[in-house]
Amino acid sequence: MHYLLLLHFPPGRGPQEGTPEFDAEMARWGELNRELRDAGVVVGASGLHVDATTTVRTRDGEPVVTDGPYAETTELLFSFYVLDVEDLDAATAWAAKMPAAEYGSIEVRPMVHYEFR
Amino acid sequence: MSAPLDLDGIFRAERPAVLAVIARRLDGDLALAEDVVQEALLAATVEWGRRGLPDAPGAWLTTVAWNRALDRLRRERTARIHAPSLLPPRESYELETTFERPAVEDDQLAMLFACCHPALAARTRLALTLRSVAGLTVAEIARLLLVSEAALERSLVRARRKIRDARIPFRVPPDELLPERLAGVLRVVYLLFTAGHDSARDASGIRADACEEAIRLARLVARLMPDMAEAHGLLALLLLTDARRPARLDADGELVSLERQDRGRWDAEQIAAGDAALATALRLRPHGAYTVQAAIAATHARAARFEQTDWGEIAALYGRLHELEPTPVVALNRAVAIGMADGPGAGLALLDELAADARLDGFAALHAARAELLLRAGEREAAATAAAAAIAASGSEAERRALARRFDA
Repeated sequence: MHYLLLLHFPPGRGPQEGTPEFDAEMARWGELNRELRDAGVVVGASGLHVDATTTVRTRDGEPVVTDGPYAETTELLFSFYVLDVEDLDAATAWAAKMPAAEYGSIEVRPMVHYEFR
Repeated sequence: MSAPLDLDGIFRAERPAVLAVIARRLDGDLALAEDVVQEALLAATVEWGRRGLPDAPGAWLTTVAWNRALDRLRRERTARIHAPSLLPPRESYELETTFERPAVEDDQLAMLFACCHPALAARTRLALTLRSVAGLTVAEIARLLLVSEAALERSLVRARRKIRDARIPFRVPPDELLPERLAGVLRVVYLLFTAGHDSARDASGIRADACEEAIRLARLVARLMPDMAEAHGLLALLLLTDARRPARLDADGELVSLERQDRGRWDAEQIAAGDAALATALRLRPHGAYTVQAAIAATHARAARFEQTDWGEIAALYGRLHELEPTPVVALNRAVAIGMADGPGAGLALLDELAADARLDGFAALHAARAELLLRAGEREAAATAAAAAIAASGSEAERRALARRFDA
């Protein structure tokens, strides 16, 4: 079963870059990512630029490309994981290990399964 | 000529077990299980009406429901062959159906944990447990929870789909999750009991059903998880509280206070069963709030007359409960118990301290407790004033009437 984990954090919360707390958190992320890899559950994952989003809508057959949506100031989507695990308990257990869960939030979305050939 | 079949009664008794077996076999797809069990009940209405009751109605319903489920899955699979981009979610199912009691009970316990999963909203957990595990009808649950049938049906449908789509596990959780999840299950069972117990009037019998169903579930959890102290503690609490039900209301349906209840009408057999469950809980660790509340109820049950109540013991138990659950309501009950044990003055002093707590501002029970202790101290006028404040603050008509009777206010 595949789950999309969407990681959000409120700007200004959590350790700030350049502090020892930030370095400590990075070390935790590194450890967690190794653990995820060893468990063989990661289908895909990446950090996201938080304020460089582009939106495409096709209207009357013409693609319309616009800037945004602009990042919400309350909670920024900054990363995602796609995990292949047994059930919701397994997915939320991984989410709970992520440092961002302590000052932000992690949305766990079950994925509808399509096969691409 | 055979007696007419009590189909409703049989369905009510068999439905939860059949649903649990089918849903577990369908890997937790409670939405599909619910549909096919409903179809099996309809088929039974026709078949049993014609041929009479089968030897094992539960097994009959399970087989029919399971065959319907397989039909449905086969059709869906055929549809998918024509839409090859959509993968079938599951490859195979076990084909045998068993309907043996221990296995069925395991399935019911698994269903209970799925229905009480924290990924479902708290209100939905209770409604879903009432429907799927306790087998109440949507109409009954709507009346019990004071919601419309349409709104309830919508939230049940959504919850079943979420269990299927998010793959909420249909099992007893592993050890590392068990304490937290069991607490969630016990909470729902407790709420089910209070939903039945908290109402003064019982015209329909639904509320008594809710109490009995809560006790049945508490018994199931305690039997299948014999090492969990709080499971036995909750069972004891429910049995001991429910034992007083025959004396709780007078002939007019008015609430009767503990002091004035006819203790001869308390259910002695149920008190004995509650005491036994409490003894089991006390042998185990750790003791939680249910076990301590059961010990309080047991202390009340031991007193043949109100005057023989061991208030010292009850005050000590409320002290212990306050360590576990430091809420103003527990503090209030402790103050009353101390007032009963050591004299009204000691209790009133504690109540004065509590009155400074903003959370108890306008709290009817605080004024009622003051009125009670003032009356026992012989201060009739002050008691009447406190009683009037309690009546003004109370949100319950039954409680207002009971206070007015007690204090002639």
